Amino acid sequence: MMDGSVNDMTAPVIECRSLWKVFGDRADEAMKAVLQDDLAKEEVLQRFGCVVGVRDASFSVREGEIFCIMGLSGSGKSTLIRHVNRLIEPTAGDVLIEGINIGELGSKALREVRASKIGMVFQNMGLMPHRTVRENVAFALEVRGMARTERFAIAERAIATVDLAGWEDRYPDELSGGMQQRVGLARAIAADPHILLMDEPFSALDPLIRRQLQTQFMELAAHMKKTTLFITHDLDEAIRIGDRIAVMKDGEFVQVGTPEQIVTEPADEYVADFVAGISKLHLVTAARIMEPLDAYQSRNGPIDLTGSLRARPDDLLNRLADLSIETDAPLAIEDDGKVIGVVTKKALIRGIQGRSRDDEGGLPNGG
Amino acid sequence: MADDKSFSLLDPFQTVDLGLADWADGIKGWATAHRSAIQPLKRAVNDAIMSIEHALQAVPPMIIIAILVLLAWQIGGRRVAIIVGVSLFALGLLDPTAWGLAMTTLAIVTSSVLVCIAIGLPLGILAAKSDRFQAAIRPVLDTMQTIPAFVYLVPVVMLVGIGNVSGVIVTIVFALPPLVRLTSLGIRGVDASVVEAARAYGANPLQILFKVELPLATPTIMAGVNQTIMLALSMVVIASMIAVKGLGNEVLRAMGRLDAGKAIVGGLGIVLLAIVLDRITQGVAQTGRERGHRHWWQGGPVGLIAKMFGR
Repeated sequence: MMDGSVNDMTAPVIECRSLWKVFGDRADEAMKAVLQDDLAKEEVLQRFGCVVGVRDASFSVREGEIFCIMGLSGSGKSTLIRHVNRLIEPTAGDVLIEGINIGELGSKALREVRASKIGMVFQNMGLMPHRTVRENVAFALEVRGMARTERFAIAERAIATVDLAGWEDRYPDELSGGMQQRVGLARAIAADPHILLMDEPFSALDPLIRRQLQTQFMELAAHMKKTTLFITHDLDEAIRIGDRIAVMKDGEFVQVGTPEQIVTEPADEYVADFVAGISKLHLVTAARIMEPLDAYQSRNGPIDLTGSLRARPDDLLNRLADLSIETDAPLAIEDDGKVIGVVTKKALIRGIQGRSRDDEGGLPNGG
Repeated sequence: MADDKSFSLLDPFQTVDLGLADWADGIKGWATAHRSAIQPLKRAVNDAIMSIEHALQAVPPMIIIAILVLLAWQIGGRRVAIIVGVSLFALGLLDPTAWGLAMTTLAIVTSSVLVCIAIGLPLGILAAKSDRFQAAIRPVLDTMQTIPAFVYLVPVVMLVGIGNVSGVIVTIVFALPPLVRLTSLGIRGVDASVVEAARAYGANPLQILFKVELPLATPTIMAGVNQTIMLALSMVVIASMIAVKGLGNEVLRAMGRLDAGKAIVGGLGIVLLAIVLDRITQGVAQTGRERGHRHWWQGGPVGLIAKMFGR
């Protein structure tokens, strides 16, 4: 089991326990063989003609948390998210929504969970072209049998939340891509679900609109405290939005951690490759790159730091860079009024490069 | 079955006789024997057809033209309304008897198409949902469309007797297939991501069918209805052989007497009726937005009245 859990007393809102999905006619047979012999993806395909979509995925998402699953296309992330509202049946493993095992629900109870507890946003929007924006947004409420005036009133509030007031009577094809996805978002929040499933919601949009929508989504998420599972193939997006990130490859979780952990301590080459191009300026803190004062002094002899500029351990590299421009002396890192470490120019530059403090320019290893 | 022909591997068919024709002929006997059982049903259907015809005959032609033109304007726009109006006038001017005959034919075609929709739509939905049903029904539909009408004309007449009801049955056999096919095609062609979204928001299968699949498949289904109407009209002459009245009967009688003039009247009448029905049903397949207004009630005569009252 990948260690994605966090020491937190609140019960997880979404929990997946060793979830497997094998596609193909001989899925059950293949599943047994995989569990017995720990077959690799290629072997399963060769011997059973089955594709392993999700391989032993376990994770839990706490109340109000945004959990990003990052992976390239074909890594199984879209398959995985569809297990959470059981659009896809798992081959093995369980999914729990607020403690309820949704694999055990009857079809009626399952539909009730989908309509009231989970909102979903799709990469290709999935809006109904024959319905107006208002009718689209009110769909989950309509399905539950809510009266017309009531559901339209709620839908209009949701539409206003995503800044689309005035567009209620339009049809989806009259809207731009960014606006359509905002309708998708309004539809997801209209029924006021606890959980949002975001399946690459912004991937199909151009970069500027994507950034705007990310910002808007983050404001909404912070405001509404929805527990969110967010799928993306864009690490930048995952880092911007996610409280925690799971990196997925070939249906398996490679690493689960906070954005800073992923960027500074990549678990393997695959993650390191991804992280290589990511700017560390807004992610890495002084605490991570500083040399402890004792170690510095034992190496370089006593140092007088009375004149040097001060920073705090949780200051980001970007701030350290600003300070460092002002002086040639090392920066003093101060916690509770006591100097605890030193950041030299070299350490800072190495930190920005994503290399270790004493690295002389060899292999990047991020630490 | 003379014995002078011995069995040959190269041409086995000369000597093997499975008696299929005799067996099929037995259907005729079975049909005749069960005739009485079918009679009450026949009477009910015939009454329904006759009441449609009486209604169409009772309304003065100019009023029917007005209704159809307004309907065409609402459904298909101004251009379609003009085509429908001109066609109906031409139909009436063909011959003093032409209008009455056309209404009789219209009644038969309407009955046939209504029954086709009642049968074809559910079958099409079933075929869209089940690959096995689709595979099973395909050869049946192929047969219905290609087998010559004369083949099933006789058993139907033996079972039901001549008249309108047999005419409707024979027409349905020929006109039903495209509706089933296109309903299935339309539903299968609905964007899977929209259906998935509906599922994700808790819609049940019936809600998905009525709120998502059928509305989005409507243009294709209407193309099927349009084809069914056209095929029903093309059966009018054959149906007249079993004593169905109307334009088809004119053509049949004219053929018997080599009366080219009467044949033209009947034939053109059928063509003009086909144009009217085709244009109106094609208009249904097109959404109002393709013609530049947002809702159906914002265009056509209804839109005009709404505008006049300042909505």
